[in-house]
Amino acid sequence: MTTWTNVCPLTDLVPDTGVCALVEGKQVAVFRFGTGETIYAISNFDPFGKANVLSRGITGSIGERPVVASPLYKQHFDLSTGECLEDADVSVEHFPVRIDNGVVQVSASA
Amino acid sequence: MSKKRIIVVGNGMVGHNFINTLATSDHASEFEIITFSEEPRLAYDRVQLSKYFSGATAADLAMTTPDEYDELGVTYIVSDKVVDIDADNKTIKTASGRVEGYDKLILATGSYPFVPPIPGKDQEHCLVYRTIEDLEDISASAKVSKTGVVVGGGLLGLEAANALREAGLDTHVVEFAPRLMAVQLDEGGGKLLRSKIEGLGVSVHTEKNTKEIVAGEECRYRMNFADGSHLETDMILFSAGIRPQDELAREFGIDMGPRGGIVVNDYLQTSDENIYAIGECALWDNKIYGLVAPGYQMAKVAADHITSTLITLDTPKLAFQGADMSTKLKLLGVDVASIGDAHAHTAGAQSYIFNDDVAEVYKRLVVSADGKKLLGAVLVGEAEAYGTLLQLMLNDMDIPGNPASLILPAMDGAEPVGLGVSSLPDTAQICSCFDVTKGDISGAVQGGCCTMGDLKDATKASTGCGGCTALVKQVMDAELESMGVEVNNDLCEHFAYTRAELADIVRIKGYTSFKDVVEGHGKGHGCEICKPTIGSILASFENEYVLKDELMPLQDTNDIFLGNMQKDGTYSIVPRVAGGEITPDGLIALGVIGKEYDLYTKITGGQRIDLFGAQLHELPEIWKKLIDAGFETGHAYGKSLRTVKSCVGSTWCRYGVLDSVSMAVALEHRYKGLRAPHKIKFGVSGCTRECAEAQSKDIGVIATEKGWNLYVCGNGGMRPRHADLFATELDDETLVKYIDRVLMFYVRTGERLQRTSVWMENLEGGLDYLREVVIENKLGICDELEDQMTKVVGTYQCEWKTTVESPEKLKRFAHYINADQEDSNLLYVRERGQRRPATEEERITLVNVTEGQK
Repeated sequence: MTTWTNVCPLTDLVPDTGVCALVEGKQVAVFRFGTGETIYAISNFDPFGKANVLSRGITGSIGERPVVASPLYKQHFDLSTGECLEDADVSVEHFPVRIDNGVVQVSASA
Repeated sequence: MSKKRIIVVGNGMVGHNFINTLATSDHASEFEIITFSEEPRLAYDRVQLSKYFSGATAADLAMTTPDEYDELGVTYIVSDKVVDIDADNKTIKTASGRVEGYDKLILATGSYPFVPPIPGKDQEHCLVYRTIEDLEDISASAKVSKTGVVVGGGLLGLEAANALREAGLDTHVVEFAPRLMAVQLDEGGGKLLRSKIEGLGVSVHTEKNTKEIVAGEECRYRMNFADGSHLETDMILFSAGIRPQDELAREFGIDMGPRGGIVVNDYLQTSDENIYAIGECALWDNKIYGLVAPGYQMAKVAADHITSTLITLDTPKLAFQGADMSTKLKLLGVDVASIGDAHAHTAGAQSYIFNDDVAEVYKRLVVSADGKKLLGAVLVGEAEAYGTLLQLMLNDMDIPGNPASLILPAMDGAEPVGLGVSSLPDTAQICSCFDVTKGDISGAVQGGCCTMGDLKDATKASTGCGGCTALVKQVMDAELESMGVEVNNDLCEHFAYTRAELADIVRIKGYTSFKDVVEGHGKGHGCEICKPTIGSILASFENEYVLKDELMPLQDTNDIFLGNMQKDGTYSIVPRVAGGEITPDGLIALGVIGKEYDLYTKITGGQRIDLFGAQLHELPEIWKKLIDAGFETGHAYGKSLRTVKSCVGSTWCRYGVLDSVSMAVALEHRYKGLRAPHKIKFGVSGCTRECAEAQSKDIGVIATEKGWNLYVCGNGGMRPRHADLFATELDDETLVKYIDRVLMFYVRTGERLQRTSVWMENLEGGLDYLREVVIENKLGICDELEDQMTKVVGTYQCEWKTTVESPEKLKRFAHYINADQEDSNLLYVRERGQRRPATEEERITLVNVTEGQK
């Protein structure tokens, strides 16, 4: 069974920015993409800079892919898959998200 | 093997060039170089001499320094003239009695100004124009004169006239020939040049033969001309040509030309094989070369010949084969160029002439009898075609298409006819000052240079007179293109515009959000390149709170949390310490706060204090305390004004002439918060000792007894650049006005992450153009630039004050949005009494004692 952890009300997420949530002991970067209800969640740990910072990166698109750029050395990570665009061998974990009664939730139990 | 001794007599531009060539060659260690100068200083740029009157100092004109010579191992003796050569024993003797032996002797004694034998020419205010000392005399004389006359309407004479005009004199030019620059220009060109110069208020008198100089009635002197007319003046400057400075050689039996000049062969050897002559004192094929580029060429050949005969014992690789005397310059602001056979002396030569009295442009093309080759050209009023025409002639290339199209203005949308740089041979010399060929430039581009700045560093091309800049850029772009590098200046995949273009779009359309800009002129969702760029442009023009919901997603790594992110994700904090002035109480407050949060503390290069290791949730608490202690944000995180470094100035220093600290504090408070293409640093020094190192800053201000000197576009850091002297002796108000304009113009036209130094190097027209825009208001935008700056200054806010007062904004200053814990990944060790992030190896040993990270 999937367990969902509350992150915050959707309204606390400023459009096109991210926050870090603690989900079952894991640091998860949660992003609101655009002004609507598109939410992505990937690991907050930057495997290049080796620091918990991805939630503080700038979001955008490369081609059709939604991405965040690491605030440290600017590698891009695909928000929907966690893949690094610059280095196919590197990816970060990505997590299921949903909005329940206006509250953003992430699951890390899979 | 003992070192070979090379003595260089004369340390002018050519002598220095020779020394530099030898002392930086592969065989430098095998030479001992000694140079003598009768002038009191080492080589300086005589070509730029007139700049002395627009504020350049002797140091600005210097081509080298004693330190540089020391480093190269060159021995230099100034203010001592070589008076004796003993060719048999290979020694020289100086006026002070010093005797030195040589293996090879180089005469680079240059020339002296010719003063016609006019009765009365030796009076106090009758001067010449050649050395810095001459300029000092001219300056002194100008102060007690109202009217000045230059005798000689050649290239140097007109330069000198400009100097007198800049000194504020009612200026006249008296020329013997029927027109100005008779050597370089034809009648039509001379006529237009005259009319343009007269338009500037300089009176031109041609066909005047000065008979005598006597006491004047209204002015100090009266010049009586052979035709019975006369002219009154307070001072007279002779610039009637040069004569080779050859007396030394003449006295010691070296072969001379019938009208002077030291005779040299193709290797620049005189009649004594161990004595060489280079530059304006040398006579090659019965010709004296009075320009610097042929002199440099001679220096190169002589250095090569000496190295081959003394060291490598190879056949010399180079020989002097004459030099092209084409020239392009700006005289009193008028573009003038002369190429090759400007007078159509070649048999059968034909001419094309274009004359536009309205736009004041004159162009003449001289072509061969069959119309296929270019023999020469004259350009006055507009000389953009110079580079193209010169290459056509030098490389003996066929003229593409109809010759007339080379000088006719482009009609409605038609591409101007030029010559594709791809048609130039690799051997084509592009920069004649430093003898840089097309091949050299292509090679440098292949080696990784892809900006004009890189190329100038690597090849020196276009760092002399600058006449070849446009051509160098064309060669570079062509090479980049042929390498498959698309010369694409698009900002990123979302915007097919440069930053400067986007700045125009935002300004003209009045956009206030990224959404408007991307929907109107871009595509996609943006990225970490275009978002901060547009965020910065919006901030430059609107200056709203950067963490406003709409603007926050545009802020880069540091701006978005108003701190500087460090490698472990924590932040450093830099409060503003304007001008580097801080009270003891301020220092104590920083100390108390630093201690409370165990922050690593370091003094920055910009005279401030940086506090490292604050976690996200600590930032607001720390800032509340800093604000309570009277601090405000220092914008160390922004592409914006950082600091204004200052020395203590006249308030304390025994040498200070103006109050540099007050000026620094005022400037810092005026421009704090200004978002720009990149960070901006200032320096203000209270005297010319320059303790604030203002000349390595984007904006440098140096006090003089007559006011502030303003320097622009300097840089320290990765690629140091000496700032350019922009304006001199300014009062406070004018200083601020000019800085307002320069900065706003940079904000409008700079590229993303382009510091002012690179901006200047890529600005077409360079420093002169920037002066035209900022001082002469060429574009008519000065009021606009000032208004924009006034708006930014008037809407300043301390972003941290706004933030700590906003509970909504503070929500984001926590490591977790849904938990009160800290980032468990942070590990520190102590070093020299403070903490620092643990290294990878240290983490492995420390990880056992921490909890949390799975």
